[in-house]
Amino acid sequence: MKRREFVKLSGLGMSASLLPTGLMAGRQISVEDLMNPGMDVAGKKRLADIALNAAKSKGATYADVRIARYLRQYLFTREKKVQNLVNSESYGIGIRVIANGTWGFAATNEMTPESIARCAEEAVDMAKANAEIQLEPVVLAPQKGVGEQTWKTPIQKNAFEIPVKEKIDLLMDVNGAALKNGASFVTSNIFFVNEQKYFASTDGSYIDQDIHRMWPTFTVSAISKQTGRFKSRDALSAPIGMGYEYLSDNPAEKIVIPNGPTVYRYAYNMIEDATAAALQAKEKLTAKSVPAGKYDMILDPSNLGLTIHESVGHPLELDRVLGYEANLAGTSFATLEKLQSKSFQYGSKIVNLRADKVQPNTMGRVGYDDEGVPGKQWDLVKNGILVNFQATRDQVHYLGENESQGCSFAESWDSVQFQRMPNVSLQPGPDKYSIHNMIKDTEKGIYILGRGSSSIDQQRYNFQFSGQLFYEIKDGAIVGMLDDVAYQSNTQEFWNSCARICDKDDYRLFGTFFDGKGQPGQASAVSHGCPTTRFNGVNVINTGRKI
Amino acid sequence: MAILTQEEAKKIIDKVLSYSKADEMKVELTGGRSGNIRFARNSVSTAGTSNNLSLSVTVVLGKKIGTSDINEFDDASLEKAVRRAEEMARLAPENPEYVPMPGPQTYAKTNAFVETTANMKAPDRAKLAGASIKSVMASQLSGAGFLEDSANFNAIGNSKGLFGYHKNTAVNFSLTIRTPDGTGSGYSAGDVNDVSKLNTASLTDVAIQKAKASQKPAALEPGKYTVILEPLAAGELVQFMVRAMEARTADEGRSFLSKKGGGTRLGEKLLDERVTIYSDPMDAQIPSSPFSSEGYPQEKVMWFDKGVVKNLSYSAYWAKQKGVKPLPEPSGFVMMGGTQSLAELIKGTEKGILVTRFWYTRWLDPQTLLYTGLTRDGTFFIDNGQIKHPVKNFRFNESPVIMLNNLEALGTPVRTRGNLVPPMRIRDFTFSSLSDAV
Repeated sequence: MKRREFVKLSGLGMSASLLPTGLMAGRQISVEDLMNPGMDVAGKKRLADIALNAAKSKGATYADVRIARYLRQYLFTREKKVQNLVNSESYGIGIRVIANGTWGFAATNEMTPESIARCAEEAVDMAKANAEIQLEPVVLAPQKGVGEQTWKTPIQKNAFEIPVKEKIDLLMDVNGAALKNGASFVTSNIFFVNEQKYFASTDGSYIDQDIHRMWPTFTVSAISKQTGRFKSRDALSAPIGMGYEYLSDNPAEKIVIPNGPTVYRYAYNMIEDATAAALQAKEKLTAKSVPAGKYDMILDPSNLGLTIHESVGHPLELDRVLGYEANLAGTSFATLEKLQSKSFQYGSKIVNLRADKVQPNTMGRVGYDDEGVPGKQWDLVKNGILVNFQATRDQVHYLGENESQGCSFAESWDSVQFQRMPNVSLQPGPDKYSIHNMIKDTEKGIYILGRGSSSIDQQRYNFQFSGQLFYEIKDGAIVGMLDDVAYQSNTQEFWNSCARICDKDDYRLFGTFFDGKGQPGQASAVSHGCPTTRFNGVNVINTGRKI
Repeated sequence: MAILTQEEAKKIIDKVLSYSKADEMKVELTGGRSGNIRFARNSVSTAGTSNNLSLSVTVVLGKKIGTSDINEFDDASLEKAVRRAEEMARLAPENPEYVPMPGPQTYAKTNAFVETTANMKAPDRAKLAGASIKSVMASQLSGAGFLEDSANFNAIGNSKGLFGYHKNTAVNFSLTIRTPDGTGSGYSAGDVNDVSKLNTASLTDVAIQKAKASQKPAALEPGKYTVILEPLAAGELVQFMVRAMEARTADEGRSFLSKKGGGTRLGEKLLDERVTIYSDPMDAQIPSSPFSSEGYPQEKVMWFDKGVVKNLSYSAYWAKQKGVKPLPEPSGFVMMGGTQSLAELIKGTEKGILVTRFWYTRWLDPQTLLYTGLTRDGTFFIDNGQIKHPVKNFRFNESPVIMLNNLEALGTPVRTRGNLVPPMRIRDFTFSSLSDAV
């Protein structure tokens, strides 16, 4: 399937127009083949050693190997039809080397000893050719070899073991619920991914990992023929590092907002959400168009997660800060000088933002990153002050450190690993405080849920975010729905307007399944946790137009 | 070399087609190579290469479809791929939107493949990148760039006798140059089929000039401004509109082309009468594949003629529902322009903003095609026909439909990102806030 067809089928629409192209890489296989265990660890070790030895004997001073197998099952439906079912496998080896102080990388899916040795040599040749235009030889932070290790995402139900019929029945029920409740159209999809990654390096690490993630989602549209208007509402689910158990009904994992929607934590009732979505999409058709101005914004994790991703996650990527992404994503307002000053007020004093590769149920959780560094957690913003960045082994020396935080990731065996965002999460407030309390304490505000349009500049100052659901709050209560809402702010100003954060009981995960970065583009999946949070006096614009 | 000739490709496809007696069968054979180099901080950062040759078999049994992919080409493996696709079709749910495959078609010949590009190697890339870096360093600036080249072919055949073959080469180069004090940034980019037509030296000079000229920008109040959009900026917004011309969503009432009360806006004058947009895979400057992935011919199609909506794209299924001919989406488009150069457009502007490019453009409302994004890498104030000084970047909230009604002048189209787009002068373009980003 071509990328554009995928984007169309997935219902991701125009917001996905900048998706990297590797999403659908791989060959189509049968459902049964998804359960095939693939090559055993001893076989992978044998191939990895061939690559490492070939690279060393050709002159590499360091080499690492990823033998990776990506299994994907994607289901696409609309109304009463299954549009597509994709089962795919992508399998191959990527070899990265340092020679003459320069990186080289080559990959192949021909898994014979000869081909792998040749591939390793090609990587060394490339490093040597490119060393001619190298000004800054690679400085690699040490990482002690960890020997033979295994790690697996702790899932309860492997989604690939669930019969396809059960999944299609679920999506048909989701679509049926939406149509029954007045939706004009509905598309629903589920994405399941299993990354089986074997990493080996000349440091003496041999790491076998089995990583799982999934994303159930839908878009419900309501149309008024009379007015010619149409409105849609996307699922409030989160892409998540869980097994099929995420798709279950558990009242303990739900929060019901008075006069508002229901939101979900670690168990998502897709049919219930689709029912609500149909009713809400219809309500949006006649919702009041927002008067532009300053409002106190109450942001649900399903909305704030993306704002964290864009205004904290990306600007604190060290490769951006240094200029390595200048030609595409841009650089960062958060400079090394601001970090070194130890006084840069990123947010208000209650703002604590933490990076991690270990948080349960997140998509960033791994045993080890793609250069053999164990999963860690660390502070990025502590009591409002910028205290750290996210780095890889070849860049952490710019921070004066000699230990990587473990942020290396490659989308596929045939793409080179580089710095990718770990989970970045806003820590809950210390005092007992629920979303109900927060609404009650708000005089003139807007409560926003769901992921909507997003845009931010190339240094991450100025941003504009929209959402899926907007509720007007007056004198401590939700009084009705609003439409045409987007909030515009500046990163530092916004985080310094953070006035109150709900407690840990309200903490939930947001995720992005296809975060794009790099040239050629690569996708990665990452989660962001936070409770519902209030930001005071944020600028809201009205996005209604007539053509 | 993974570029098979038309004869080689046809031989393999015919062989695979002979292995099945399914109701319908389609075989796609694709292959090629690509290579890239990245640099930043005036030094190489990463590079890579990849080769690929693969075959995809689609088998249809009634309305059930199965697809199997393979990258081994001995007879036994090819036959196994066919058996596997048959098995998957048997197990698949029925596709109610299935439309029988098209029979033999006649396709135009396009000239998109250039041998010199196909033969590019790692040292060629390092040389081009190295020369660009050298100029940047001589100007005491910092450069980050990306060069990617590829050579690909695709062949398609089906059990009804259809066969198509197309090959193409492509090179993309882009470059961002920043000043050491971090207050200036310039960008340029080029894309060609023939690497000998890629002038990296002149692209580098443009980016150097923009980086220097954009230093220490002044802040202007956000609001409605006359803008001159360079082709890169204009093309981005126009492309979003061209990509949204699908008949089905329009008929369903959820497109900017849906009509109040039902139906579409086909035949309506929606844009300024100077706006004419068409696609043509045979265009010498932007040649593209003469057939779609389903095998339908890509021909010259008028999308907007003097501002009037002339065609919507139809999938095979929707075309059948509506009793019309399938009309694939175009892969590139030509927007006709005038004869003025960018410099002449600037000269004819009393007061305005020159925009090099946009960044992070995302839709806000599919009904009005309202988009938001920011200017980047060279935004300047024009006064009395002259570029006066750099200005801080703006966020815009604008729709290409509104923009192409507020048209003042069009320049000569140039190739940008696979399309031909003129620079344009637009009045009342909406900038909603300022950004400190450089």
